[in-house]
Amino acid sequence: MSSIERRQFDTLIIGAGGGGLRASLQLAEADLSVAVVSKVFPTRSHTVAAQGGMNAALANVLPDNWHWHMFDTVKGSDYLGDQDAIEYMCRAAPKAVYELEHFGVPFSRLDNGKIYQRAFGGQSQNFGGDQAARTCAAADRTGHAILHSLYQQNIRAKTHFFDEYFAVDLLKDGEGRVLGALVFNIHDGQIVIIEAKTTLIATGGAGQLFKTTTNALINTGDGLGMAMRAGIPLQDMEFFQFHPTGIAGRGMLITEGARGEGGYLVNGDGERLMERYAPKAKDLASRDVVSRAISIEIKEGRGCGPKKDHVLLKLDHLGEDVIQKRLPGIRQTCITFLGLDPAESPIPVFPTAHYTMGGIPTNRYGQVVVPVKDTPEEPVAGLYAAGECACVSVHGGNRLGGNSLLDILVFGRAAANHIIEYLKENKYHKVIDEDIVSNAVQRAKRFDLNSEPSPGGDEVKETVAVLRKELKQVMEDHCSVFRDKQFLIEGVDKVEQLCDRMKNVKIDDQSYTFNTAKVEAFELENLMACALATIHSALAREESRGAHSRIDFPDRDDKSWMRHSLYSFENGLDYKPVRTKPLSVESFPPKPRVY
Amino acid sequence: MKFKIYRYNPETDTKPFVQQYELEGVEPGTMLLAALLRIKDEQDESLSFRRSCGEGVCGSDGMNINGVNGLACITSLDTLKQPVEIKPLPGLPVIRDLIIDMDQFYKQYRAVKPYLIVNDPMPEVELAQTPEQREKLDGLYECVLCACCSTSCPSFWWNPEKFLGPAALLQASRFIEDSRDQAFEERLADLEGPFKLFRCHTIMNCVNVCPKGLNPTKAIGRIKSKMVTRSL
Repeated sequence: MSSIERRQFDTLIIGAGGGGLRASLQLAEADLSVAVVSKVFPTRSHTVAAQGGMNAALANVLPDNWHWHMFDTVKGSDYLGDQDAIEYMCRAAPKAVYELEHFGVPFSRLDNGKIYQRAFGGQSQNFGGDQAARTCAAADRTGHAILHSLYQQNIRAKTHFFDEYFAVDLLKDGEGRVLGALVFNIHDGQIVIIEAKTTLIATGGAGQLFKTTTNALINTGDGLGMAMRAGIPLQDMEFFQFHPTGIAGRGMLITEGARGEGGYLVNGDGERLMERYAPKAKDLASRDVVSRAISIEIKEGRGCGPKKDHVLLKLDHLGEDVIQKRLPGIRQTCITFLGLDPAESPIPVFPTAHYTMGGIPTNRYGQVVVPVKDTPEEPVAGLYAAGECACVSVHGGNRLGGNSLLDILVFGRAAANHIIEYLKENKYHKVIDEDIVSNAVQRAKRFDLNSEPSPGGDEVKETVAVLRKELKQVMEDHCSVFRDKQFLIEGVDKVEQLCDRMKNVKIDDQSYTFNTAKVEAFELENLMACALATIHSALAREESRGAHSRIDFPDRDDKSWMRHSLYSFENGLDYKPVRTKPLSVESFPPKPRVY
Repeated sequence: MKFKIYRYNPETDTKPFVQQYELEGVEPGTMLLAALLRIKDEQDESLSFRRSCGEGVCGSDGMNINGVNGLACITSLDTLKQPVEIKPLPGLPVIRDLIIDMDQFYKQYRAVKPYLIVNDPMPEVELAQTPEQREKLDGLYECVLCACCSTSCPSFWWNPEKFLGPAALLQASRFIEDSRDQAFEERLADLEGPFKLFRCHTIMNCVNVCPKGLNPTKAIGRIKSKMVTRSL
């Protein structure tokens, strides 16, 4: 035991995407010692792939204010979003954008020198009026521009990075306090215990749950799995966003900005299909609405192509100049992967798994909160979460395009600010008991060949590749855009079987040096936990709200279901109320949601 | 389809060797990364390489493919001569198989102070920048730090400690060209001397391999001409 390296920091941040890096910058500038642990070099994090932009009511192009943004976000969430957190985020948005600009983000510009803003889905002026233009963009590479600028500022601030270290589990004491994490260096397999007064999980989403996904291979819900194993429930996991325009059959994202710039969807009859589903907003209705519309068109035989299995996104009428200036990244992606130029031909698209609305429950300060006796939201001492892995909840049942980059920046910063305050009151590291460390070390060796055989003894050896493939297929088949009871029951059964088989995974590669096979085993274990939470929560929620569409319960049921789901290994499902009271303005009561 | 892949695990191999793999049923339009993932999943879990986004944005899967550096995820197998020969990016130490130690590359990136420097007090809104000023950053800011360029550059191979290499110099140019940056003089002064910048012999390997279609040689030329103007 004594040979295991221990390091001490004020704060440990797990994950180096936009949320983690915004927080680390804030903390490093407050003169605190910060360790950022990331399984990939920071600029490889999935924030880099965000395309269209970041919402903030700057009113650079059309009239706007944060209150309209708040209305759109609450409506977009299908009234499952917490209105205190949403008010906080929308008010903080302009400042978050200006800060980024000051960090060096190369935003596209208007003739007057201000930041360019484009129209995006679900945006309106004046509480449901005309289309707004709220999304600040750096061409269609906004995430890349933001992530690189944040990393660069962290270089300036001399943040301490543990690049290519994998975080396995949180270290939690008997009183429920989080004291850091066990990580290992992917380069040489050596375990390091990082002791921290505060730990921020910023590990992103779990888009690898599905067979076809816009998400990077690293998006395996590691922080969510870690939280569940530490006894923390996951919130609203049944709400998974399917982006209307992934490249059909392949999954690469085509930004909503393509429709924001004037592109539109057509079906097999050459009809502009969204005119029927959203007469006013048309192609810029919320993502859940557009994804359902495409699925229905295809199901009813109005798809495109020989198999009628996709629809087309038409951009050629925008002209090559606009496409090259505003959408150069997706143009290149189409040329690379489809051999077609969207300036000349339409793009085949299909709703594709994209974003985890659910996650680790937090309040608007980024503190992780769990139910304790009669209190639904009791902070877990020392533990924070921000970004896609967290559920604040600002996205509720459906996230608006452009609110994801906003979420990570606003709440990465808010969590850091709360940590700074918390550390004033909690000046010293708690001593970590040896048995907590030795248990964690034991568990970190669970994929080593010489570890204890799992109970049962003579079971077959399972492989990561086979189980992962099956899991992604089950989730795609049983928990996609449209769901119903029978299919979900079968899905729950299949996921539980896969979780059982996961216990028999053995890996042959036992090297210490850059063992990606072992990393993939840990990742799959995290995905399994996410799948379990997602499909159980989906089966239980007998209504349709946001991205969760039940064929057998087609209506929203505010009386029974305007509440957040919580799923944990220990207690299964539990629920807590939506926070409908904003900070300073009137609450937006639930209304029928039309676009 | 046949592949010949460089293998090396320092724990078990005294020296690197080439391993052959064969894949059946590779569909047209398949990218090299998809083939490597299939080999890892179906035949050999020990084959090691970095990968993430799968669409050429994260810069993880730079490798040497039939003698040319590129990103596996956006290199179509249709364009490759068989057997496809895959090696790690050249010029940096190999950790294992196709995974190189990129510390030197990142060190040089950090050496050019790759962050916006503004000395004046910040306004409460954005710093103004015209579309024309912003356009000067196009072709510079899109770099994904994959290292395909620097590891294809003979000047970088010979003087990795002294010559900053095309990727870092592209970043230097990105900030020198930014109308908001106020460290222009300092940035140019930092690049003085025979090695850091001037070891570039315009061999242009960097331009030929950049998976994002960027032109580090041109960026280096822009810096050089600014230095000349400044010294007049």
